[in-house]
Amino acid sequence: MTETEIKALQIAACKVRMGVIEGTHGAKAGHPGGSLSAADMFTYLYFKELNVDPKDPKNENRDRFVLSKGHTAPGLYSVLANRGFFPVEDLPTLRHIDSYLQGHPNMNTVPGVDMSTGSLGQGISVAAGMALGAKHQGKSYRVYTLLGDGEIQEGQVWEACMLASHYKLDNFVVIVDNNGLQIDGPVDKVMSPYPIDEKLKAFGFHVEVIDGHDYNQIEAALNTAKTVKGQPTAIVMKTTKGKGVSFMEGQASWHGKAPNDEEYAIAMNELKAALAELEGN
Amino acid sequence: MADVKKVATRDAYGKALAALGAEHDNLVVLDADLANATKTQTFQKAFPDRHFDCGIAEANMICVAAGMSTTGLVPFASSFAMFASGRAFEQVRNSIGYPHLNVKIGATHGGISVGEDGASHQCCEDFALMRSIPGMTVICPADGVEAEAAVKAAYEMDGPVYLRFGRLAIPVFHEEGFHFQIGKGEVLRDGTDVAIIANGLLVYEAIQAGEALAEMGINAMVINMATVKPLDEELVLSAAKKCGKVITCEEHSVIGGLGEAVCSLLSEKLPTPVKRIGVNDEFGHSGPAAALLKQFGLSAEHIVEVAKEFCGK
Repeated sequence: MTETEIKALQIAACKVRMGVIEGTHGAKAGHPGGSLSAADMFTYLYFKELNVDPKDPKNENRDRFVLSKGHTAPGLYSVLANRGFFPVEDLPTLRHIDSYLQGHPNMNTVPGVDMSTGSLGQGISVAAGMALGAKHQGKSYRVYTLLGDGEIQEGQVWEACMLASHYKLDNFVVIVDNNGLQIDGPVDKVMSPYPIDEKLKAFGFHVEVIDGHDYNQIEAALNTAKTVKGQPTAIVMKTTKGKGVSFMEGQASWHGKAPNDEEYAIAMNELKAALAELEGN
Repeated sequence: MADVKKVATRDAYGKALAALGAEHDNLVVLDADLANATKTQTFQKAFPDRHFDCGIAEANMICVAAGMSTTGLVPFASSFAMFASGRAFEQVRNSIGYPHLNVKIGATHGGISVGEDGASHQCCEDFALMRSIPGMTVICPADGVEAEAAVKAAYEMDGPVYLRFGRLAIPVFHEEGFHFQIGKGEVLRDGTDVAIIANGLLVYEAIQAGEALAEMGINAMVINMATVKPLDEELVLSAAKKCGKVITCEEHSVIGGLGEAVCSLLSEKLPTPVKRIGVNDEFGHSGPAAALLKQFGLSAEHIVEVAKEFCGK
């Protein structure tokens, strides 16, 4: 990737992060921490990787993305809005009564959402079913799913991994957002999922471990996934929870809490300054 | 009636899948290591590339079926009723029911007629669980012919359907070529003294009871209510109005099933005395199916007793 391409992605990601803050502030609830840790991956997926068209969100040959960690809907909604699936101005209606932006992703109300999720562990199974359906019908689209590192404590995740490997779903990419924090604290204190990479290898995945805020590494891993045949790929991305907003970074307390008016102003000022710096050069 | 043909509705399920599979390329079947028991093996033999064993992982299977349905396929996900509706309840609710996906759940081994396996496998709660999910259609056919027709109707309908089948071979009384209409009850015997509303294997028992009651001078209406949800409200109300007394019969807990659906409707729209025949808030146990059905009062004899007392005779 060229410097210009990387900068374009960084600018887009900064706007995605602003949308996360707008959404959770407007909702007075929601999950900013994991939305921000995954913001760079969301951005790369929707601005570079996925074959999707905001004007034709249900195209049957589109790539699919399932947000298995559905509570980070603010991140998904923000990237979809910034990509043109619906107006960015709608983001602050998140979780409001009668808003189409439900607290967790709803495929029947939000353009661009491929599956209704929110109950952890189920999205990966659904995504595996999509990949199996695509393979069975000889379709060339690919299926991506994003999980939290706390989410993989759900046993169903491993049932899905077994199936993905058994049916050789090489059109399937499982991304684990390893920000290291869940609601009750550090994942290794609550119920250690480690070693995540070795577990996924044992379940038959090709595994890439990357820095989830480094676009070159994100691109390399996703490109490698396309060359892997006969097995699914997992990308374990090391990230910082709350990335991009100084007082949210590395804090489990920002897993599921909205910024108040003062915090909102500080966060937006930080992101606006970052955006100005990116756009200024 | 010794020479009456008997078929397990699970066998009819497998047969219907194979027949429909020949007509529709988009029909796929998922199973959780029970293809031999759920009879999806019949489909598997005919269409091996459209049968996906998911191993002993029902929760995952239900969600995989949900994902496949979004790609234009029509999945029938199969397991025992206990696991399809019980173990995977929340998966059915959140990944099929909430997004209202076009997945059919083929649940076999419903009720206590599972027999020797005992209470762990005798699911008498599935109607209650599945009925509670908005938009879910719940069907329990009464014989092999109706089961085949119901599978076809479920395939042709767009939306989630829960189909409950049994392990035990039971008498076939529908004519070949029977057309199943989802949400429509079937009046098998007209009457004016008491309306017996049944589904599953209790329908044949209800027919027998109706004949026995006629000989005693009680004129019973017998209704096959294969669709538990959406309930044929019009038929229930007209039967209650005509007879003034209703008996419900199901191989399910008296809590949350057909009986409760009928009671809910009648208490709001046409208060009518109702007797519910079903499993009385208890677990089953091991034993031969026929003996268990008798022991739990799921028989023509028990229906007759209840009806006689109800009608004051």
